[in-house]
Amino acid sequence: MHLANPLTFDGLGVWIAALLTLFIFSFLYKDNPFYKLAEHLFVGISAGYYVAQEWWAVIYPQCVKPVMNGSRPLMIIPGVLGLLLFSRFVPKVGWLSRWSLAIIIGAYAGIKTTGFAQGDLVEQFHASLLPLWVPGQLGVSIDNVLFVAGLVSTLVFFFFSTEHKGAIKSTAQLGVWFLMISFGAAYGFTVMARVSLLIGRFQFLLDPWLGVARF
Amino acid sequence: MGALIGFLVGLVVVAAIIAGLLRVPQVATGLARLRGLDRRWIFIAVWLLVMLPLLFPLKLPVAPTSRAIQYYDEIEKLKPGDIVLLSADYDPASGPELGPMLRSSLLQLCRKKVRIVGDCLWPGGPPLLEQGFTQVARDQFHYKYGEDYVNLGFKEGREAVILAMGNSIPGTFASDFRGTPVSQLPLMNKVTNLSSVKLLVNISAGYPGTKEWVQQASRRFNLKIVSGCTAVSAPEYYAYLQSNQLLGLLGGMAGAAEYEKMTGVTGSATKGMDAQSSVHLLVMLCILLGNLAHWAARRQGER
Repeated sequence: MHLANPLTFDGLGVWIAALLTLFIFSFLYKDNPFYKLAEHLFVGISAGYYVAQEWWAVIYPQCVKPVMNGSRPLMIIPGVLGLLLFSRFVPKVGWLSRWSLAIIIGAYAGIKTTGFAQGDLVEQFHASLLPLWVPGQLGVSIDNVLFVAGLVSTLVFFFFSTEHKGAIKSTAQLGVWFLMISFGAAYGFTVMARVSLLIGRFQFLLDPWLGVARF
Repeated sequence: MGALIGFLVGLVVVAAIIAGLLRVPQVATGLARLRGLDRRWIFIAVWLLVMLPLLFPLKLPVAPTSRAIQYYDEIEKLKPGDIVLLSADYDPASGPELGPMLRSSLLQLCRKKVRIVGDCLWPGGPPLLEQGFTQVARDQFHYKYGEDYVNLGFKEGREAVILAMGNSIPGTFASDFRGTPVSQLPLMNKVTNLSSVKLLVNISAGYPGTKEWVQQASRRFNLKIVSGCTAVSAPEYYAYLQSNQLLGLLGGMAGAAEYEKMTGVTGSATKGMDAQSSVHLLVMLCILLGNLAHWAARRQGER
């Protein structure tokens, strides 16, 4: 066991991180002041970090600096539009923020729409046109039949322009089964993701802090 | 086929035994009481099932899936000197899942002697990418900064950044992570836009990430993409894999462990898989017991 030395710079950082991890874990027992302390520290430091990161990586090099040295004076326009967003704090001139929001929403709506049409709609539609029988490849044929059955039945489930009864009802119910299977798969992946984060914290506690294992 | 039949027969036998047990009043009462179980007992069980396999590894086998093999093979196709874009779109919160993927990807890329241009669409990404470059590219493979690899850092704008990189990467990132103008970096003189990179290796924690790269760049700029993503995002990206918009996919810690196995590394993902599998068994047991407790309580209510 090689406990991190809190008298060194790195060791002190490890100790602080380890104690904050334990403070957060303490919430599993019940809410308490240690958890609150860690939570507030996390929120405050994250906000500070991201403000500093945005300033030094975006606002200063891309807006302030080019305007100040005269290399790209027009960058003052997005700078001003950005500042207008803060006009919402003054109710009398809050309407000014709508100009900035209009540009942001308009630009991103355009980008997202073309991206979705090109990257999702057309490509996924194209990829859905599968042969139901592939000679000599029984496994692929079964895969394709299952895929098409799942696709059609799920689409029927979300078709609300006609009453779900008879054949449509049966098809929609099959679609529900496919949906349930997909939700189950998504849940399984979510469990894996959350457990991975827990494992990450335990690996941190066991390796750099307590020094009882190497990862 | 034999295994499947065996599994189904086993399932039917277990279901029959459970149905029989539920008819025994003492068993039904015991199961019904589980509904009042303090959840902290489950937390303790999870704690033990994570801690013990980490301290005493079970060394359960890890078998690479076709998605991980595709990811590996796509990087293997690269030739020495090719330029690859490595977009580390994540922050420390996803480190346990995506950190091992980044390190293993860098390892394979450096073995192939390709040149790497790194960027980030997440503000928390640049230090993680820099750490990976330093530990793998510089220290293990003696890559030279500016000639063999570059860290362009973070750029705000999400999809707009991807589109801008399609037109001009040096125009989008005027300076690198360290503030050096990209015109002073020899590698960046060979990079014009997304068409000049052979492959995008995207390590993605969510938005913006793989989905946005696929939507904005895969067909528009004919960009080949492989993705290492968090387990939460993986189900959504399977559709892109099926349509060949993604050429390989690593999903979560399991994907990272499979990839580590192929690159010959026993990293933190591989070492974490024993704990991962143990907790999964517990979750399955909890789901089963929860349902049985519910049924038992319902049967008692009917009586």
